[in-house]
Amino acid sequence: MVAFLACVLLMLIGLYVVVAKRNIMKMVIGFSLMEYAVNLFFALVGFKKDALAPIITEQAQVRDLAARSFVDPVPQALVLTSIVIGLATTALMLALAMRIYEKYKTFDIAEIRRLKG
Amino acid sequence: MDSHFLPLFVALPLLGAFLVPLLLKLAQELADVLANVIGALLVSVSVYGLLSQLWGTGTAVHWAGNWRFIGIAMVFDSLTALVVLTVNVVGFCALLYSVRYLGHYTARWKFYTLFLLMLAGLNGLAISGDLFNMFVFIEIAAVASYSLVAFGTEAEELEAGFKYMVLGEVGGAALLFGIALLYARASTLNLAHISQVLTPGTPLFWFVVATLLIGFAVKMAMVPFHAWLPDAHPSAPAPVSAMLSGVFIKVVGVYAMARLVFNVFGLSRELAPAFFNLLIGFGIVSIVAGGLLAYAQKDYKRLLAYSSISQIGYILVGLGIGNEWAIVGALFHVLAHAMGKGLLFLAAGSVDAQAGTRDLEKLRGLERTMPVTAWSHILGSLSLAGVPPFAGFFSKLFIIIGAIQARMYWLAVLAALFSAVTLGYLTRVVNRAFFSRKGEEPTPARESGGTMAIAMLLLVVLSVLGGILFVPVLDNVIRPAAQVLLNGTGYAGQILGGP
Repeated sequence: MVAFLACVLLMLIGLYVVVAKRNIMKMVIGFSLMEYAVNLFFALVGFKKDALAPIITEQAQVRDLAARSFVDPVPQALVLTSIVIGLATTALMLALAMRIYEKYKTFDIAEIRRLKG
Repeated sequence: MDSHFLPLFVALPLLGAFLVPLLLKLAQELADVLANVIGALLVSVSVYGLLSQLWGTGTAVHWAGNWRFIGIAMVFDSLTALVVLTVNVVGFCALLYSVRYLGHYTARWKFYTLFLLMLAGLNGLAISGDLFNMFVFIEIAAVASYSLVAFGTEAEELEAGFKYMVLGEVGGAALLFGIALLYARASTLNLAHISQVLTPGTPLFWFVVATLLIGFAVKMAMVPFHAWLPDAHPSAPAPVSAMLSGVFIKVVGVYAMARLVFNVFGLSRELAPAFFNLLIGFGIVSIVAGGLLAYAQKDYKRLLAYSSISQIGYILVGLGIGNEWAIVGALFHVLAHAMGKGLLFLAAGSVDAQAGTRDLEKLRGLERTMPVTAWSHILGSLSLAGVPPFAGFFSKLFIIIGAIQARMYWLAVLAALFSAVTLGYLTRVVNRAFFSRKGEEPTPARESGGTMAIAMLLLVVLSVLGGILFVPVLDNVIRPAAQVLLNGTGYAGQILGGP
């Protein structure tokens, strides 16, 4: 339970960084923090103490109730997918941030406001 | 029913996105042709899907790898039919329009690749019967749309793209968090299985609903979460604006939310009045704020973007009222607004490309120089504002009938009133940009011909037909789709119970 709450806390820290920081590179870092927190949370959902990786081996067959001694593999697969998506979004975000810097010569979000309203 | 055509909705645009850069080596024009062929094929597959629903072959389910009940499910029911039809028809018109419009952009193959990826994401979301797949397709569509918004790589476009991306991804993180919680509770990702396992009403359940609602609220630009939309939609190239405003926010936001709320969580107005009142509340705030802010805009496309926020409000109100007429109205509005707003953004792009400005203060008398664009815009405005006999009139009428049936008379009055506001700000554009007072010289411009005109006329015809033929459209397309939502958790039986 503590671990779950820590994940939520990490996510909120990320959200704070995205919302409160003026430097767009820091906003990207904040977004990555949020992403990691959610991934960690998802991975923890499938976690089980003292359980084995979900691969059928001799060691696993020795233990009775093999099903109960495996961790849930689905969240791990999903987190892997979501990490890949996170890679794509982070790369795109950084690319945008670089192009913005070329145009505006600043990372300060308060000075990047040519759009009205 | 034969369900093997289902993967085509994703496979075709993905194939196109892959082939466009390869064919570039042979000839530039092949990219145009290929993208449009893919668009046309997608429309035909959607029509085939719709017809198969009409012939009563029931819900089609395709299990990936033929692993029944274990593999990833793709589901095609009447609601999916409506959504993919909207996506692909507007997508095809936008692709057709792009052929001519992209003349002044370099690297048009990148545009087509990204556009087809976005189509793949939207179609995939519509046919997905699996929670995590929905998320993946939402992200595919979203990442493609972020780069399309910044496609021009001018300072303003990059700024809008970055803003859109940061907010969109915070919404995405909220969605993923909600999905993780839901998985922790249900231990399955199949939508049908979740709806059978889930016990509504617990605090955790409401926490999941709230988390997902925040995610979807950002994606569909409900009013407190709308800050990105008026920047992002006008900054994109015109065909992308048409796609984002016309389809994207509705599929990624409204469709995905409606599917989860009605079919998976099994919520209805009787079970959870507070939740539905919340939807109505968000809807009203969106209608009012979007409508009033649209009045104040000087930029043509920005005005249309605020108008989209307002129209999304109508759809939310329709879903929130939650009786049959209101849901029918909301779904009809999805269709009518997609055609109407798509058309308006295409017309705005045509004006922008020819007259060189979108500033309503500077545009004058374009009706004389650009008659096709002007009349497309006028007819589109009439449809959107709810003037009979266009499609937009009937959708709003049904929402109002629903409100009256639910004895929410003030809501009916408000909806009718803001229909007039919509007409007001759209008439303002028409008066400013397309007609001129005596003695005023029209802004120098030439009619944009070729595929741009064809795409606009196509959407005009569809908007008019949607209104004139509203009885067959209603009975064959909208009402079955509304039945899917009203059926609630009966959705699970449709998927798991079939032969």
